[in-house]
Amino acid sequence: LYLLVRRKKNHGSRMTAQWTLSLLLSACLFRASCSAPAIPRPPRSLHPVRGFNNSGGSLSVDLPMALRVFSVDYHHVQAPFEIVLWIMLASLAKLGFHWSGRLPAVVPESCLLIMVGLLVGGVIYGVRHSAPPTLSADAFFLFLLPPIVLDAGYFLPGRLFFENLGTILWYAVVGTLWNVLGIGLSLYSLCLLAPGSLGDISLLHCLLFGSLIAAVDPVAVLSVFQEMHVNEQLRILVFGESLLNDAVTVVLYKLFESFLRMPSVSGLDVLLGGCRVLVVGMGGLFVGLFFGLIAALTSRFTSGAQVIAPLFVFLYSYLSYLTSEMLHLSGIMAIVTCAVTMKQYVEANVSERSNTSIQYFLKMWSSVSETLIFIFLGVSTIQDVHMWSWPFVCSTLLLCLVWRATGVLLLTAVVNKLRRNTVTFRDQFIIAYGGLRGAICFSLVFLIDDFPKKRLFITTTIVVILFTVFVQGMTIKPLVELLDVKKEKGALPSVSEEIHSRLIDHLLAGIEDVVGYWGQHYWKDRSVFTHFVCVCVCVCVCVHLEF
Amino acid sequence: MGSKASTLLREEEIEEIKKETGFSHSQITRLYSRFTSLDKGENGTLSREDFQRIPELAINPLGDRIINAFFPEGEDQVNFRGFMRILAHFRPIEDNEKKSVAVSEPLNSRTNKLLFAFRLYDLDRDDKISREELLQVLRMMVGVNISDDQLGSIADRTIQEADTNGDNSISFNEFIKVLEKVDVEQKMSIRFLH
Repeated sequence: LYLLVRRKKNHGSRMTAQWTLSLLLSACLFRASCSAPAIPRPPRSLHPVRGFNNSGGSLSVDLPMALRVFSVDYHHVQAPFEIVLWIMLASLAKLGFHWSGRLPAVVPESCLLIMVGLLVGGVIYGVRHSAPPTLSADAFFLFLLPPIVLDAGYFLPGRLFFENLGTILWYAVVGTLWNVLGIGLSLYSLCLLAPGSLGDISLLHCLLFGSLIAAVDPVAVLSVFQEMHVNEQLRILVFGESLLNDAVTVVLYKLFESFLRMPSVSGLDVLLGGCRVLVVGMGGLFVGLFFGLIAALTSRFTSGAQVIAPLFVFLYSYLSYLTSEMLHLSGIMAIVTCAVTMKQYVEANVSERSNTSIQYFLKMWSSVSETLIFIFLGVSTIQDVHMWSWPFVCSTLLLCLVWRATGVLLLTAVVNKLRRNTVTFRDQFIIAYGGLRGAICFSLVFLIDDFPKKRLFITTTIVVILFTVFVQGMTIKPLVELLDVKKEKGALPSVSEEIHSRLIDHLLAGIEDVVGYWGQHYWKDRSVFTHFVCVCVCVCVCVHLEF
Repeated sequence: MGSKASTLLREEEIEEIKKETGFSHSQITRLYSRFTSLDKGENGTLSREDFQRIPELAINPLGDRIINAFFPEGEDQVNFRGFMRILAHFRPIEDNEKKSVAVSEPLNSRTNKLLFAFRLYDLDRDDKISREELLQVLRMMVGVNISDDQLGSIADRTIQEADTNGDNSISFNEFIKVLEKVDVEQKMSIRFLH
């Protein structure tokens, strides 16, 4: 460590400070991990009869027959201490990047964080000679993912999202199915061609792998697209797709997993699986709607206790997520629906300060979560369970790219006929190229039941994630510049633009009524939507009052 | 096209409408069946009452003005030709049309679309949107939630942003200039089903 610090001093003081910072942190981290119960250390005392806590955490000054003046009881605070250290590492790393000037412009934050994670993982491995702590699937799905999705749902541009909802659903459902089946079946044919090393991977395993690797990850997409300012339509298409394909991914993954456990699979089971997609998606939607409306109702009565009003937002959203996870529905859809539903009512009902608190806390939590996820991705890469197979890994990478590209091309060709604003070729390229994989695939692959080639799957998943985040993440920004993709409008619309646009919207709605055409403007027309929502809320309130 | 017997559309008329408006054959026949379904009196023309019978149009804040736009100056009836002429403004601009400069400005060009929107404000057709005309439209769109003072400030701000020659009203050119960043071609288009 000392030598590394020495060498870095030559590269300028800024880099040094940054590196020393992170190395200092890894130092305290490894010290913490060293004193973890995993490595039993011989007690330092000279009197073995003292009766120590042999779990290896306690240290005491040995004064016979006297009070312990100074003692370190690490075991007592171990769990929260380590969590705080990780969060501290994540936050300081984030600080460090933004402090280093030019670096964030070239390399996206997600890449830098993974590299820090790799470094920390390497340090821990070097010290402990065993695998560093990996990202547990439970921790990821229950604690790290919800804040990010909640933040995304709360700040979702509602109007734009609903305008493009058809296209987004088309990409999310049909596109994901296309990718899953394509990748799964191609990998299986590859396994058939190379029976030597890959012969024992069955069709179901390939399909299972396809289902988890095909899904675009909202966390990765969000972090990369946030730094590029592409036009809002493109952004909402990619982002909306990454959010909504969760339903399909969850169902397919669980479906193939249960097929693996069943002795035989019939056609009926496949059909039931198809129905399940609908149930999972719609179920998640309704759970989210339900909690969103209850949250809206609760926010009406918070005028007495303004201070805890933000808490309700978080509690209800998290509850909706947990409920749908409990019912094996799509948690992401639930939490996004909940956020979208309650946002307008909460903003109207709670005080200005509470609104600011809500927004601020959401941003903070999601930022910390995201940073932690990427760091853990890096740390978890350092393992001794890797199994490498050149043909499998390379072909998976290639297949992911190829199937996504063809999928986007075909689907867009179909959907452009029904859309008013066509999706241009440049936008299509960015949609295909921006299909980044992330931590969701990673967690899902760990959850597979153990079978001989599981390690191969884990390695391949890690390679695909790293490839998409590093290669695609780093090159997408220059590509956007090169292809001259339409950027977002810089300034807010002026008052005139707002008013005249409103006029035009009403005008177009009227013309659509004259023509008898239920187009975009019919659904967008405020009066229809708010009328519908008011009816729903009234029903809720009335039901409430009757009890 | 005056009596009940000649309610069927003749081929020559379809051709003429096609040339004038740019709609396709099937679009014209489809819109014709819509026209006849609205025409309760079955006399080949639509009156204001026929439009007001459309339920969604009745709740549209600008419903009356939109209906008015269909009727030429001072008339109370609009025939199918006039109906199509107005709807032609909302046809999407095809790519090959953008390039053909030779033909006189088509009805669905950007300028003509904007002129249609402009005319919704400018009732007295003096080619200027005065403060009162703007206030009227604002009040219609906004409803009763905003006070007169606030609405007045919004109107003043809108005029101030657009007005370049200081006459406290918005001329058509100023209107075009203010909306130059807005994607009018796509906003003001309906995809008519084939």
